[in-house]
Amino acid sequence: MRLTSLEERQREQRLVTSRALIAGVFVCAGLLLLSVRLLHLQVDRHEHFSVLSMENRVKIQPVPPTRGLIYDAKGVLLADNNPTFSLEITIEKVDDLSATIDALAQLIPIDANDRARFERLKRQRMRFQSVPIRLNLTPKEVARFSVNGYRFPGVDVRAELIRTYPLGAATAHVLGYVGRINEREMAQIDTSSYAGTHFIGKGGLEKAHEDVLHGKVGYQQVEVNARGRILRTLESTPPISGQDVFLSLDLGLQKAALEGLGNRRGAVVAIDPRDGSVLAMVSNPSFDPNLFVEGISGKDYNALLHSPDKPLFDRAARGQYPPGSTVKPFIGLGGLATGFSSAHKTVFCSGAFTLPGQSHRFRCWRKGGHGAIDLAKAITESCDVYFYSLANQMGIDRLHHFLTQFGFGARTGIDVAGELAGLLPSREWKERIRKQRWYPGETLIVGIGQGSFLATPLQLAVATAAMANRGHFIQPRLARASRFPGAANETLFPIISRQINVGNANYWNQVISAMTQVVESPRGTAKRIRTPEYRIAGKTGTSQVFTLGQKQTYNAAKTPERMRDHALFIAFAPVDDPRIAVAVLVENGGHGGSDAAPVARRVMDVYLGATTPLPPEEATDGD
Amino acid sequence: MGIKALSAQLNIEAEAANVGLFQRLHLDIPLLLALLTLCGFGLLVVYSAGDQDFTIVERQLARLLLAFSLMGAIAQVPPRILRQWSLGLYLFGVAMLMAVLLFGDIGKGAQRWLDLGVLRFQPSELLKLAVPMTIAWLLSLRPLPPRPAWILLAVVLTLIPVLLIAKQPDLGTALLVVSAGVLVMFMAGLSWWMIGGLALIVTAVTPVIWFLMHDYQRNRIFTFLNPESDPLGTGYHIIQSQIAIGSGGISGKGWLNGTQSHLEFLPERHTDFIFAVIGEEFGFAGIVALLALYLFIIIRGLLIAINSQDSYGRLLAGGLTLVFFIYVFVNTGMVTGLLPVVGVPLPLISYGGTSMVTLLIGFGMIMGVETHLKKSIR
Repeated sequence: MRLTSLEERQREQRLVTSRALIAGVFVCAGLLLLSVRLLHLQVDRHEHFSVLSMENRVKIQPVPPTRGLIYDAKGVLLADNNPTFSLEITIEKVDDLSATIDALAQLIPIDANDRARFERLKRQRMRFQSVPIRLNLTPKEVARFSVNGYRFPGVDVRAELIRTYPLGAATAHVLGYVGRINEREMAQIDTSSYAGTHFIGKGGLEKAHEDVLHGKVGYQQVEVNARGRILRTLESTPPISGQDVFLSLDLGLQKAALEGLGNRRGAVVAIDPRDGSVLAMVSNPSFDPNLFVEGISGKDYNALLHSPDKPLFDRAARGQYPPGSTVKPFIGLGGLATGFSSAHKTVFCSGAFTLPGQSHRFRCWRKGGHGAIDLAKAITESCDVYFYSLANQMGIDRLHHFLTQFGFGARTGIDVAGELAGLLPSREWKERIRKQRWYPGETLIVGIGQGSFLATPLQLAVATAAMANRGHFIQPRLARASRFPGAANETLFPIISRQINVGNANYWNQVISAMTQVVESPRGTAKRIRTPEYRIAGKTGTSQVFTLGQKQTYNAAKTPERMRDHALFIAFAPVDDPRIAVAVLVENGGHGGSDAAPVARRVMDVYLGATTPLPPEEATDGD
Repeated sequence: MGIKALSAQLNIEAEAANVGLFQRLHLDIPLLLALLTLCGFGLLVVYSAGDQDFTIVERQLARLLLAFSLMGAIAQVPPRILRQWSLGLYLFGVAMLMAVLLFGDIGKGAQRWLDLGVLRFQPSELLKLAVPMTIAWLLSLRPLPPRPAWILLAVVLTLIPVLLIAKQPDLGTALLVVSAGVLVMFMAGLSWWMIGGLALIVTAVTPVIWFLMHDYQRNRIFTFLNPESDPLGTGYHIIQSQIAIGSGGISGKGWLNGTQSHLEFLPERHTDFIFAVIGEEFGFAGIVALLALYLFIIIRGLLIAINSQDSYGRLLAGGLTLVFFIYVFVNTGMVTGLLPVVGVPLPLISYGGTSMVTLLIGFGMIMGVETHLKKSIR
C-alpha cells in the first residue's frame, strides 16, 4: 500500500467527493430527463396509446350466418349444409407461398388437383381472404396439422358448412348452386353483410333467393393475443340464419319427368295453374352441382362445357325454341277475341297458302290439304293453312299484342336466375334489330310458331296454365314459402297474377274444347295419350331446326339427328278442373304427338294418381 | 460548510446508524433495505409479466437468495484483499473471454457462454466487476488525479476486454464494461480537458465502430431513429413498449391487468422490457416511485464512496454505483424510446440470473468498503 500524507489524503478525498457530487447531479439530471419522457408518454399521449392498446387487443370478427335449407313440396331436403374441415392459406400472411405449400404437402396429402384449384381460387379471391389448399380433411389430418400448425403462420384449419345437393343432377338446373364469392360478385354485393361468408348463389333458385337464404351476418368483439389467437369474446351479436325455403317443386314429379325423357335431350315444366306453383322443372341431361361448390376442376369443367349434349344448358328456362304449332290455340283464341275468327267460319286448305300477288307457297304439313276446315278442327288437326290465313288477316301488330298477354317474348319472372325471354317478333323489333321493314309473309310464319318466334318451355307451360285458367295469368314460382329455422310461422311468397280479357268467356271453352279433341278425337295429333281416368287438353308442336327449301320434303330418317325437328307438347288436365299444366320439349325428337306427349302424360299420371298404361306406339303422322 | 465538513458530518451520522449487529455483519442497513424492497417489487412484476407462473417466481427467488448470500459473503472481504485480487481477476477474466471466442457456445446468435459442464458461465459478467476493480487499483497506486500516462494505461486495460466482448457480439455488456472503466477514471479526477478529449475521440471513432458493427446492431440504430419504418421487425419492440407505457397513464392498469404484456404483444416482457410492464400496470406514479428507489440506492452508494477512507475504496464504490445508474438509464431509456435497443436488463428486476448476481456482488463490495473502513478507523 502506498503511504500518503494526511494532507494528500484530504486532497484526494475532496477530489473524489466533488466528483461524486458532480456524478450525483448527472444522475439526477438523467432521471429527470427520464421522468419528462415518461410524463410525455403517460400523460400527454396517454389517450393515443390507450387507443392503440385497445386496437391491439380487440378485434371485431364477423360471424357468418348459416345458409337456409331448401325443401321440396313433400319436405324432401334438396340443399343441405355439411360441416367440413378445410386447410386454408391467407396469402398475405405467408412469406414464401410455394415453400409453405411444399412443407404442408409433407404433412397432409396435397395433389395436383388441389394445387390447381388453389391457383384458380387465388386469382379470384379478395385481399386477406383465405384460400383453401385442401378440402374435406379427415379428423386425422386435422389433428396432424394442429400439432404442427405453429410452423405455418397464415395457414389455418377452417371448419365450414359446405352446401351439398343430395339429389345432385335431378335438381341441378332448378336450384343452381353456390360457389366462392369472386371479385366480380364482390363488387355487386354489400361487402359488410357478406363479411365472413364465403359462398354465394351462382345460379338458379340459389341466386334468385340469395337474400332470403343468406341471412344476416353477426359480429363478435374478441380479445386476441399478439399471434391473433382468440382468447375470449367480449361482446357478440349473433348472426341470423338464412331462411329455409319450401318449394312447390315435387321431387316425385321431377323424377317422373326425368324418367319420361330418359336419355333424350329435352325439358319438362309442370305448373299448378291454380296458383302458378312450379311442380317440376327438368332439363336433361344435367350435371352434378356438388362439383361446383368448392370450384370444379378445369378438366371436369371442360368435359361438361364441350359435351355435345350441353349438360350445363338449362333448356327449361334458357332454351329458346320456335314454339311451332303449340301456339295455335293461343292464336286461335286471338282470332276469336279480335273477330277475325269464329266457331263457324271455315277456311279452305288445299295443302298450301299463297299471298295475293306472290308465288311463294306456304305449305301445310298435310300435302293433300284439309279441305274446308273450321277453328276447332284446325286446332285438333293442326292445319297450317287455317292459321296462315288467320294470321294474315289479323296482322302482326294484333298477333303480337295478343300473344304478349300470354307472356310470350318476356321473362316469366320465375325465381330461377338466368331465365331468358324468348322472342315474339314484331314490326318494332324487326326495325330496331334487323333494320328492315316487316314483310307480310313473316306474319304467316309467326302464325304457325316458326321463324324467328322463340319461346322457352317454361313460357309455354306458363301460357298453357293461363289457358287452363281461362285467362287468369299467374307468374310462376318455385318457392312457396320461407321460414326462419325454428320459427313457427312461414312467410308465403306472393302470388302475382292478372286477367287476360278475350271479350267473351265462351271463346275459352271453344279453344279448350278443340285442345281436348287433340287428345280425344281419332284424328287428334295426340290421340295416343288419351286416358280413361281423366280428360286432357293438349296441343302438339314441331319446332323446325332448319328451314326446308320450297321443293324439299322433310324426311326424319334421312336428316342427321341434330338437324331433326324438336318435338313439343303442351297440355293441362283435368279439363274441367285443371290442376296441372305441362310443357314438354324433346330436342330433335321428331313428332310432338309421339315423342313429347307421352312424357307429359307420364307426369300428369303421377300427379293425378292415374295408373292406366300408355297404349303401344303406332305410326302417327301430323304436326 | 465546506465539502470536508459535510463529509465529516455524514460520516458521523452513518457511523451512528451502523453500530451493532449489521456493522459486525459488514452490511449497510439503508442499502440492504432498499435492495430488498427493489427485489421484492421485482418479484411481483416478474410474477405478472411471466403470466403468473409460479415456477418463474421460484426460480427468480432462488437466484435472489444465491445473489444475496454472495453479496453477504463478499461484504466480509476487506477492500485491501479485493484490491490484491483485482489484477488477477482481470487477467483471469480476459483469458476466459478469449476462451469463449475460441470454444464458446452459440446462444441466441452470439457467443457469450462458456460451458463448464455443470455451470454455464458468462465471463463478460466477471469483467463488469474486474474492470472497475483493476482501474481503481491502477489509479490508486499514484496520487489522484492521475497523470495522462496512467489514464492511457487505464484506457488500454479497459478497451482490451471491451473489444473482446463487443466481438462476441454483446453490445450491452461492452457498453457497461466501458462505462465502468471510464466512470472509475472520472471518479479518480480525470481532468475535464481529458474528458473533452475522450468525447472527441469517441466522436471520431464512431464511423469506425459503425463499420465494425453487425447488421442487426446497425438495424437497431436505424429502428431507434424511426421505429415505424419496421413495425413488424425490430421496431415492433419499441412501438409495443411505448404503447404499453403510454396506455398505463398516471395510475396504471393495475397489477396483473396489463393487456399489452398479458396478451403477448410486448416482447421480452419479463426480461429486458419489464420496465414497460411496470409502466403499464403501475403507471407514472409507480415508475416515479421505482426511480426514487433507484435514486436512493445510487445516492447511498455515492455517500459510501465519499466516506471511504482510501482511494481504492472510493473509486471502486463510486464506479460500481455509477455503473448501476448506467444500467438503469440505458434500460429505461431504451424501453421508453430515448435510446436505441441495447441488451441491458433493468437492474435487480428483470428476470434472469447473471446480471443480478454480478450486481449484488458489486453491492457486497460497496458494503465492504463502507463497513471495513469504519472498523479500521475505530
